Amino acid sequence: MGRRGQDYNRKTLENSNFMTQWSGYFGLILQGALVTIELTLMGSVLALIMAFLAGLGRLSRFFAIRALATAYIEFFRGTSIFVQLFWAYFVLPFVGISLTPLQAGVLALGLNVGAYGAEVVRGAIQSIGREQYEACIAVNLGRWQAMRHVILPQALLVMLPTFGNNAIELLKATAVVSLISLTDLTFQAQVVRSQTGNTLVPFTTILVIYFALALIISWGVRSLERRMARGLDGVRV
Amino acid sequence: MSAPIIKIDAISKSFGTFKVLDGLSMQVMPREKLALIGPSGSGKTTILRILMTLERIDSGHIQIDGEQLYHMERNGQLLPADERHLARMRQKIGMVFQLFNLFPHKSVIDNVTLAPILTKGMPRAAAEKRAMELLDMVGMADKAKAMPAQLSGGQKQRVAIARALALQPRIMLFDEVTSALDPELVEEVLNVLWRLCSETDMTMLLVTHEMGFAHDFADRVLFFDRGKIVEEGKPDEIFRNPKQERTQAFLKKIIAAGHRV
Repeated sequence: MGRRGQDYNRKTLENSNFMTQWSGYFGLILQGALVTIELTLMGSVLALIMAFLAGLGRLSRFFAIRALATAYIEFFRGTSIFVQLFWAYFVLPFVGISLTPLQAGVLALGLNVGAYGAEVVRGAIQSIGREQYEACIAVNLGRWQAMRHVILPQALLVMLPTFGNNAIELLKATAVVSLISLTDLTFQAQVVRSQTGNTLVPFTTILVIYFALALIISWGVRSLERRMARGLDGVRV
Repeated sequence: MSAPIIKIDAISKSFGTFKVLDGLSMQVMPREKLALIGPSGSGKTTILRILMTLERIDSGHIQIDGEQLYHMERNGQLLPADERHLARMRQKIGMVFQLFNLFPHKSVIDNVTLAPILTKGMPRAAAEKRAMELLDMVGMADKAKAMPAQLSGGQKQRVAIARALALQPRIMLFDEVTSALDPELVEEVLNVLWRLCSETDMTMLLVTHEMGFAHDFADRVLFFDRGKIVEEGKPDEIFRNPKQERTQAFLKKIIAAGHRV
């Protein structure tokens, strides 16, 4: 084989090495994306549940429930998500509760974002005019019936845009779970960086993926909003 | 002579330092149609709101159909009413508001069926059948599927009347139900009230500035000022020949403002 052939062979080899190497790394990052999506979905569900529990709790007739809801909201808004996560993962085992990294991540994210969501729920419910409550009394609905059938359906529309923001916040906050060795997007990008020495490619990739996921969330929330607003006022949305 | 269906006994109500009702007493007989007139702030709307349990009284007693509204009798003692007692009493009373207060996220027919289904356990089919009859009566059957935002003020108010009627109250309270309407829409609502007045045996209390309608509609007119009944009587007496100076002054002002008497 001549010199030219050797050169050619070396180049193809390098090329294919590059391809297999990077496609492997992208696979890693995609796996990370799945973990991030999983965390975001499960965290959002928990956050939603907590938001409604604590938001309605803030409006309760009973002092004890109001106090409990307020304590939860203030505590989780007032402390760092990092510390909450470390606490869930490293401290809870001392009281006999051992969580997997995923469980700890969902717990910390859900409780943290739920605390913000609770204020959204409370504010939206209070934004519904007094005349709606009075109409409910006039047709003799009970407190819960009025909440369930008249107030909440209208309040939900008020909550939605802010819930969208909260979900995006939650998505971005999932990056902290890489600190408890959960293999999410950010964690995988670190892995790729340390193995390839390349910083630009992995971090640009996950930047784009985070952004794409956030776009999907805001698009989803907006279309939900449009659907729910159908028939109302006609001026909204 | 039967017993009064509403018996108000020396009730008082203040908002802050402003005394809206001051030791007011009055009675309403079953089937009676009553018009409550008077300047704004005279307490007439507050009476309706108190009867609908939207405002609490500071003192006094109210009996509806022989039963205490804000009190429960337990072993011969009168205790403050709890939610259950209030819910039972509210079944006898319906109210239509100045600003309609329809549920904006529900269609016309769902506005009417919601409460019968939830509070009376009516099956949906039966509730819808009854709702269509009522919507037909107020001339809104063709809009059953529409959303409130698509309706005019007069149409909204007619739906609101159907919604209140769906619970078959014995007493209906109308709180300035035409005041928020454009002049050309007033009549369609008054026509419905007129039908209710002549075709049902509900007791009706009407707070209104439509003096002409009050005259034709009412068995008795009460003129309110500063939380008290200044004068009451048959429509002819009040409108043609008011005895009290304050009634005369009020009616003069109303006529000057262009209302027909």
